[in-house]
Parts: sequence; structure tokens; C-alpha cells
Amino acid sequence: MMAGPASFLKTAWTVLREVSGDAAYENYLARHQERHPDQPALDREAFYLSELDRRWSGVNRCC
Amino acid sequence: MPKSIQNLIWIAIGVFGAACLGGIAIHRGETINAFWFIAAAFGIYAVAYRLYAGWICTKVLMTDPSRATPALRINDGRDYVPTHRWITFGHHFAAIAGAGPLVGPTLAAQFGYLPGTLWLLTGAVIGGCVQDMVVLWASTRRDGRTLGQMARDEMGPVAGGAALVGTLMIMVLIVAVLGLVVVNAMKHSPWGTFTVAMTIPIAILVGIYMRNIRPGRVLEGSLIGLFLLLAATAGGGWVAHHPALGPMFDFDGTTLALLVIAYGFFAAIMPVWLLLAPRDYISTFIKIGAILLLAFAVIILRPELHMPALTQFTDGTGPVVAGGLYPFLFITIACGAVSGFHALISAGTTPKLIMSERDLRLVGYGSMAMESFVGMMALIAACVLDPGVFFAINSSAGIVGSTLEQATATISSWGFPVEAQHMMDLAKEMGETTLLARTGGAPSLAVGMAQIFAGAFGQSMLALWYHFAIMFEALFILTAVDAGTRVGRFMLQDLLGNIWKPLGNTSARLPSIICSAAFVASWGYFLYIGVIDPYGGINILWPLFGISNQMLAAIALAIVTTILVKKGQARYAWVTGLPMVFLAVTTSYAAWLKLFDADPRVGFLAGANTLEAKLQAGTLTGKALESAPHLIFNQRLDAGLTVFFIIVLWVVIIEMARISIRHLQGKPVPALTEVPYVNEATLPHPTGVGGH
Repeated sequence: MMAGPASFLKTAWTVLREVSGDAAYENYLARHQERHPDQPALDREAFYLSELDRRWSGVNRCC
Repeated sequence: MPKSIQNLIWIAIGVFGAACLGGIAIHRGETINAFWFIAAAFGIYAVAYRLYAGWICTKVLMTDPSRATPALRINDGRDYVPTHRWITFGHHFAAIAGAGPLVGPTLAAQFGYLPGTLWLLTGAVIGGCVQDMVVLWASTRRDGRTLGQMARDEMGPVAGGAALVGTLMIMVLIVAVLGLVVVNAMKHSPWGTFTVAMTIPIAILVGIYMRNIRPGRVLEGSLIGLFLLLAATAGGGWVAHHPALGPMFDFDGTTLALLVIAYGFFAAIMPVWLLLAPRDYISTFIKIGAILLLAFAVIILRPELHMPALTQFTDGTGPVVAGGLYPFLFITIACGAVSGFHALISAGTTPKLIMSERDLRLVGYGSMAMESFVGMMALIAACVLDPGVFFAINSSAGIVGSTLEQATATISSWGFPVEAQHMMDLAKEMGETTLLARTGGAPSLAVGMAQIFAGAFGQSMLALWYHFAIMFEALFILTAVDAGTRVGRFMLQDLLGNIWKPLGNTSARLPSIICSAAFVASWGYFLYIGVIDPYGGINILWPLFGISNQMLAAIALAIVTTILVKKGQARYAWVTGLPMVFLAVTTSYAAWLKLFDADPRVGFLAGANTLEAKLQAGTLTGKALESAPHLIFNQRLDAGLTVFFIIVLWVVIIEMARISIRHLQGKPVPALTEVPYVNEATLPHPTGVGGH
């Protein structure tokens, strides 16, 4: 079990991936399998495009 | 730790912060160290966060951790996603902070360091942070409804319509004024222009990477973009000195304005994945990096400030922004103290991520305190410059004269000695031909940052630091131009759809193009006029933007005040009511001066009349003669716009007063639309850090 700097870096990496949206697809897949295992999931590209469409339909950036 | 000891520690922090602030206020030496500003800021934010925000949450908002938030209840995995509070904080902060808190405090440095410091600190802890947090709370309790929807639901169609139209006009002004800042930074600067131009192909490349090559890998894509952008910044120096390439990127202001307008239009009609989204990813990384660098410059290197505490320009004769300390300081610094625009983010996107009402304080109040601190750092970086240099960069040719000798002589005669040779050397060190009359705040911040860094890393990198700073400000701004135009287009379509249905169809090609063109034309007009104005345009546009932004803040505060009264919390209504009254009065007074002041630099009508008199007397020649009719028309249009903002503001405030009084008299008012209480323990809980 590594403690200290290693676990700190691991947390930082997780936070970075979550905040930036890098982990969004994996989260979506996990959630999709849990809730609708019978329906086909979107592929990476389709998911990415639909996420962008959702994010950029309202005010999400300020001056 | 016992509660009494905890409280003692907080009181000690508060006393320390207040002592530092007191020290700043009475200090009258040649220079003052940045340390005192950082210490005062941290002390005040910490105590306000702990005590005032804590008290508001418990007593006024009665936040309840057991109450299920919309993210928990709806949890659709897309819009509504319960998210860890620090990640929500990151999202929210990245959304609210842009170029605004860097520009306003820099311009306000003309009054000296003290007024800006006091307003940034008090404005944030009593006004801006409170606004952001209370709006976030109100929207979280309404499934993340937008500000306009809340105004309509809680106050009726009149206030709702006023809030909507007011917001659309602010968008126009924000994009125009930010566009002007970036044009002024690129004017006759091949290095800057090349770097900024390169952000477009780089963003497109990253866009293709993130969609086609490695779909959705935004970290990889952003890193590639970041690397290319830094390479472009460094390569810009070579391009600028190249005999054939250099002149290709050397433009005057008018051409640059037209280029930015054309860019804005094409960016708005292009698919989001191709330009807007990848640019935003890179911009967000650079934003965090730049803020950390600025923090390093200010907190670790702790430079000395050379600006006096107060300058003579508190009397209204300032060359950067015309008008006296009250009300114009409070208009010049909006972002960083109170920014109405934040209410649009706090209601809408962020509430759908809030996992527990316990997080409202960190996300709402905390993010704004952080933005306020960014504003403080920008103020410090501006005040590090020799005041003479600061005024030489930020004063327009119409005020100090267009030649180097005239400008330096005028500024020296104000008591801020600066030599022509020094300005020439400085421009050369920064890799520019001139730094004179680069109004808009970005260049002087860049020089300030470059000088702080040069102190630590050596003089040889000055030009690189300067252009790095210009690049990141331009990057934020162009992202705001893209995103603002897109949102403005949606709002316009929303409004016009009520008149003629087909125009409201946001997915149809033709209506989107028409509405994008109309929106770009609106801000493009103000940008173009700002560029041809011999007084630099910032002098007109920035106060107008400030008035509109503070108007929106007062509107947002009026909406939440109404909600508080209707919730039976009238005795605490002052928490939002007091900043609302201050902003409404200050904004109205500023608007009055912008309309009717006899000084042609302050009053729009006086400005138009003075110019008209000159035109009729035949004393204008050349370019001034050519632009005069446009400028006269523009000043009258600005006057009309100011009247419009004030009408919108007071319509909402009167509605607030009317509804509150009716409610207190027991008469019927629009019902409170808060979603009923659901205990969070009855819902399934998310797992993992992000909880997506």
C-alpha cells in the first residue's frame, strides 16, 4: 500500500480527469450498464458530440 | 477542538486581515509590498466565508443537508449529475472567471491602489459572493431553473421579460468590449497577432483530434493544444522579426476589428466540436495555469507596488476611465467584486451538479471569493508598474497626445515622471514597436507580469513573458466571443421565435445564420466604433459594460430578495436587499452622469454636442472629420442604451417592492415555486469521486 505522494498524485489525477471531462465516457458507460443494460450505449464519438451539444446550448462561460 | 477556541482562531484571523488592510490604508511610503494585500485578502475572505456565509446559510437560506438536491432526485446522468463539491467548485470557478477580473482592476488602478483594493474586498464578501451563493441556492431549490425563468415564475411576466431583454443587451456589450481589449492588444503587434491567429488552426486541429482521432480524450487533446500554443507564442518572436512574414501580421485597429467580427460570425455558425469546444478546453487549462503563475508572481515573489494609495484622478479627470471615484470605481470594477453575469451561471448549469445543500457555500461563496482574489492579483500587477509607465500604456492618444514626446511630457506633468527613452526601451524589451495608448488593460497587465517574472528569472525572457500574457488574455477573450455569440444567438432566436415561429428553431440552418449575423452585427458595431474613437473606445464601452453588468447584479439580487420575502424571511431580506440598493443607486447615479454630465468625456450627450460643434465650426480634419458623424451618432445611441438599462433595472426593482409589500399585506402574489422537500436518505446514493 503506497501512501503519501503516490496517493496524492492518484487523487490529483482523478480530480483532473473528472473536472476536465476526460472520464465522462467511462462514467457514462458504467452508469448505462447499471441502469439500462438492455439498451445499446452510444459509442465514444457519438457520446462526445452529444455532450458538447448539451454543454454549449446555454450560458456556461462568463467574462 | 472546542468551539470557543475555534471561534477565537477565526477572530484572530479576522483581526489580522483587518490590521493588514488598515496598514495598507494608512501606509504613505514610496512603495508598499504585495504581501500586505495578500494577507488582508486572505484574512477577510476566510472570516467572511466562515462567519458571514455560514450565518447566511443557517439563518437566512436555512440550507438543509437532508434535503435532496435536483442532482440527486433527477440524476439523469447528463444534465443532473451529483458531483463532489470540489469538482463542482472547479467547474463553477472555470465558468465564472475570465478576462473580466483581470481588466477591471487594472483600469481602476488609475485611482491608486487603495480604492480598488477596498471595493474588491468589501464588494465581494458583502455583494458578489452573496449574490452568487443565494442565486445558486434559489436555483438549486427549483431544479436548476435559469435566472429569467425564476424572474417570470416568482415575479410575473413583466420582471421576467425585463430580465431577459436586459441579459441579451449585456451579452452584446460584453462581447464588444472584450473584442476591443483584444484588438488594442494586437494593434501593430505582429508577434501578438500571429500568436492569437495561430490559436484558430490549433483549436481546429485539437477539435479534429478530440472528435475523430481519439474521440473524447480531452486531456490528451488539450495537452497537444497547450504545447502547440506555447510553441506558437515562442515562434511569434521569430515571425515578427522575419522581413516577409512580420508585415503580414501587422494590422491597424480597424482591420483587426473587421477580422475579429468576421471570425466571430464564422465561429458561431461552425459546429461546436470543431472550434468552440477545443478552444474552450485549451483556454480553461491556460486559465488555471495563468492564475497559478499570477499567484506565484504575487504570493511567492511579493513585488513592491509603486502606485500611490490615491492619485489625483479620484476627482474625475482620470485618463483611463473618465469620471470620479464615486460612482465610477464601482462601475469600472464589476467582475471581481460583484458581477451580475455570474447569476446566469449560478442559475442554470451549476445547480444541477450540487450534491448537497451543504456544498452551496463552497461553490457559490467560495468561487466568487477566489475570483475576487484573481482581481486583487491583477490590481497588484498593475500597481507594480511605475505609475508613469502605467499611464503611458493606458492613456489614449486623444488625451495625452499621439507622439512619444507629447505623451511622456503630459504624463510627467501630472506628477508621474516617465521618459520617452524609457518607454522606447521598454517596448523594445517586450518585443513591440510601441506600448503607448494600448488601452484596455491587457497590455499593462502583461508588462506588469513580465516585469515580476523577469525579476525572478532574468531579463532575457521579458518579451516571451509579455506575449505569453497577451496570448492567454486573448485566448479567454476569443472563447468569450465564440461562446457569447452562440448564447446570444440562442437568446435572440428565443425572443424572435415569439414573434415569428420559424425564427425560433435553433437547429434549422437558415434561422441560426440570420440570428448569428444579427447578433454579430450588434456587437460588431460597438467594437468598430470603439476602434475608430480617438479617445480609445474603452473610455465609452467599459463604463457601459460596467453599468449593464451591475444592473444585472441588482436584478438578480432583486429576484432573490423577492424569494426571501415570500419565504417569510423578510427580516433577513437586507442580506441581498442592501447590496441591491447600493448597486441600483450607484448604477443609476453613474447612468445619470453618463447621460447629463457637462464634461464631454463623461457625459454621452455632452460628448456628442461638443463634437458636433467642432464639426460645424470646421475645425476637424482628416480621420477625425471622417469619423465624427459616426461618433456623434454612437454617443447618442449609447445615451439611449443607458436609459434602456435604467428602465429595465427599475422595472424589476419596482416589481420586487410591489410583490414584497403585497405579500407582507397578505394579498395574493405569484406562488413560491420551490420544489417540495424530499429526504435524501430515501434516494440511491452515487458512488465514486465524480459520481457521473
